[in-house]
Amino acid sequence: MSTVPRFWRHIPQRYNLVGTHCKNCDEYYFPPRTICPTCRREARMEDHKFGGEGKVVTYTTIYNATDDFKRQTPYNLAIIELAEGPRLTGQVICSPSDIEIGMRVRPVFRILGRDGDRGIIYYGTKFVPA
Amino acid sequence: MPAGIVSYGVYIPRYRIRAEEIARVWGEREDMAKSLNVIQKSVPDIDEDAVTIAVEASRNAVRRASIDPARIGAIYAGSESHPYAVKPTGTIVGEAIGVNHELTAADFEFACKAGTAAVQACIGLVSSELIDLGLAIGSDTSQGAPGDALEYTAAAGGAAFIIGREDLAAEIEGFYSFTTDTPDFWRREGMAYPEHGGRFTGEPGYFKHVTSAARGLLDKMETGPEEYDYAVFHQPNGKFPERVAKRLGFSRDQTEPGLVVPWIGNTYSGSSLIGLAATLDVASPGERIFLASFGSGAGSDAFSIRVKDGIDDIRDRAPRVRDYFEDVVHLDYAVYTKHKGKLRL
Amino acid sequence: MRSVSIIGAGCTKFGERWDDSLRDLVVETGIMALEDANVSGEEIDGLYVGNMSGGQFVSQEHIGALISDCAGLSRLHVPSTRVEAACASGGLALRQGVLAVASGYSDVVIAAGVEKMTDVTGGVAADALAAAADREWECFFGATFPALYAMIARLHIHRYGTTREQLAAVAVKNHQNGCNNPISQYQMEITIDDVLRSPLVADPLRVLDCSPITDGAAAVVLAPTEMARKFSDGPIRILAAAQASDTLALHDRRDITTLDATVSASRKAFDMSGIEVKDVDLAEVHDAFTIGEIVAIEDLGFVEKGEGGRAVIEGVTAIGGDIPVNTSGGLKACGHPVGATGIKQAYEMVLQLRGEAGKRQVEGAEVGLTHNVAGAAGRR
Repeated sequence: MSTVPRFWRHIPQRYNLVGTHCKNCDEYYFPPRTICPTCRREARMEDHKFGGEGKVVTYTTIYNATDDFKRQTPYNLAIIELAEGPRLTGQVICSPSDIEIGMRVRPVFRILGRDGDRGIIYYGTKFVPA
Repeated sequence: MPAGIVSYGVYIPRYRIRAEEIARVWGEREDMAKSLNVIQKSVPDIDEDAVTIAVEASRNAVRRASIDPARIGAIYAGSESHPYAVKPTGTIVGEAIGVNHELTAADFEFACKAGTAAVQACIGLVSSELIDLGLAIGSDTSQGAPGDALEYTAAAGGAAFIIGREDLAAEIEGFYSFTTDTPDFWRREGMAYPEHGGRFTGEPGYFKHVTSAARGLLDKMETGPEEYDYAVFHQPNGKFPERVAKRLGFSRDQTEPGLVVPWIGNTYSGSSLIGLAATLDVASPGERIFLASFGSGAGSDAFSIRVKDGIDDIRDRAPRVRDYFEDVVHLDYAVYTKHKGKLRL
Repeated sequence: MRSVSIIGAGCTKFGERWDDSLRDLVVETGIMALEDANVSGEEIDGLYVGNMSGGQFVSQEHIGALISDCAGLSRLHVPSTRVEAACASGGLALRQGVLAVASGYSDVVIAAGVEKMTDVTGGVAADALAAAADREWECFFGATFPALYAMIARLHIHRYGTTREQLAAVAVKNHQNGCNNPISQYQMEITIDDVLRSPLVADPLRVLDCSPITDGAAAVVLAPTEMARKFSDGPIRILAAAQASDTLALHDRRDITTLDATVSASRKAFDMSGIEVKDVDLAEVHDAFTIGEIVAIEDLGFVEKGEGGRAVIEGVTAIGGDIPVNTSGGLKACGHPVGATGIKQAYEMVLQLRGEAGKRQVEGAEVGLTHNVAGAAGRR
């Protein structure tokens, strides 16, 4: 599903939702962007650590997953709008009957996946109802 | 130089399985819960392990006293269920709470007392002024073989304590440890579940070590049980801590606030520390707490703790232990096996 | 720029082709298209092949060279280019072929598409397809392709009152159409109840909302319109072929229930061709999932935003309706060999515009539109 350097490189993003902020247009980005799509060459980007509070924009409950996620089914996946504005995709841990559009969520630290039986464990952020 | 608890945090997974449900599957007597004084135990979610629990507890500790993580100079993570045999839990915790990388870290293992050993290591570094703050963690997703007596109690949870010199919520007045080579419980490399010596874990294990450490500390401190407002002992089940307290001269009133095992089971490295946290949740400045852990193999660390004024400022700024007793989800044995990874895919 | 026409087309039977490899499928469709176009190898001066993931499905990259080789064109050293744009690989291969001919750089070009998907298990196929989403910021958290479309569906239902029955009606219609298409993977009618009772894949989408795992290949032969009559009695003129892009991740889109890339590409295609939406007689759209067809007919301008579900259940998109959609059975029933789909859509349009579509023929069809997600093309 991933490799060690591919995971390691994104630890600040996976663990602590470190994204970017464009000082030129005051837009926030998560996942981080190197180039601000609004300002492009005029962009002035800086790192920004998001609080992780947000709300569910839309969601699904996955019953049929890829091999890496088979053991987790059923699990909720949602697009979450963070308080600062950007949207991200993440899992929401709750009963499938409890999740709804507009629901407020907060971040928690969980296992995102594993590189098979022998590889590393991928830790990072999921969400729970706030 | 005094050292003590600057902040603390706990985390207990939301899921529970009742002792009677486990007994049902294995045809054990229905009053198993009563005989152990463990009604239910906590069960991790399928995506939780000793690392995620350590991170959640540590984040609660950082939040509770608004600690700047850059001040933390040492992380010692105690567990008997570190998800990696080689690769530290502490480094993951450090990154997740946002430490400055000028940091020493190591993982501890001493069955159920790795967490209190981590506290002692932090006290050493802090009181000698080698570091500003130390983070000591005890967290576990402990394993009991299906059908084994341990399965009724082996639970999941953790506690994190930030040890420092100033702005103390509680001062650690002293500690005394008692350690021998007593193989009452073990898990060899590569084994999925621990083995134990049955009734041998009782008198030669738990009781000998806890009473020795406790009496050693009382002698050293020149105190008696009556001088403590609270007492917390390692809680492998609901019977042992009550029995050892009585033997040492502590009353039920002193142990009750810290006795959490009936509702969450034995959280191993988290057990006595969660009991301490539950006591700090209710203690007032000036009150004294007696704490004695136990780790098979075997040893016990006993601490004399005095609650300081700082407790009132920080207590309500992170979840209390009993907050994690609310809103729990009970699992049947089948879903429990899925959560615990006992189903092989 | 020269006008470009399709002078020949071929498509394999879609389905679980256990006996046939990727190479077999390509050869099969290539022969069909070349015979239909009455073209010989020496006349071919370019080959574009859409293939999403030979690497993951059959552990084979360098598909361009492979296909040229299998097609017997290696000694002629015909330039052969693989085009990859996930499920729109076929549509983009066609557009690359159109550009090559329109520019005058090439005269006779084959645009093909192929995917061999059943050599791997379902879980591996799902993961290969998920590579079309954002691997680091969607799939890493457990996103699958059905899950992303399910999140579109959920918001569409929430915002526009689209119903589960309306989603199911897409599958019911496309299965009906597929029954009249000999190459279709599924040759069975289904009911709305069948869809609603099928197992959940990613709530609210169920198995019968999803296109299947399919093996198949398709090819068309392109030539300048001015030369087309030399080869074919019934060349089909490509009035426009437009393409647009959007953010890779669904969460970054301006509006989760709109594919802005579809809106942009279709506007460009309409502008280039001078055709208006009302002039289009039929369309093949990207219904990898039932919600995909509803969103597509809205974004292409056939119906207002939010009206897609109602239009389908009222028969607007059925054969005989105002704008028949997915007469081939669509991706849903005809099958979705991802790299081949865009070319298969063109193949269906060739049959329809030639009047050779049999029982599913749209009477008097003159202008058709095909829509392959991440690419859109209007043609006649």
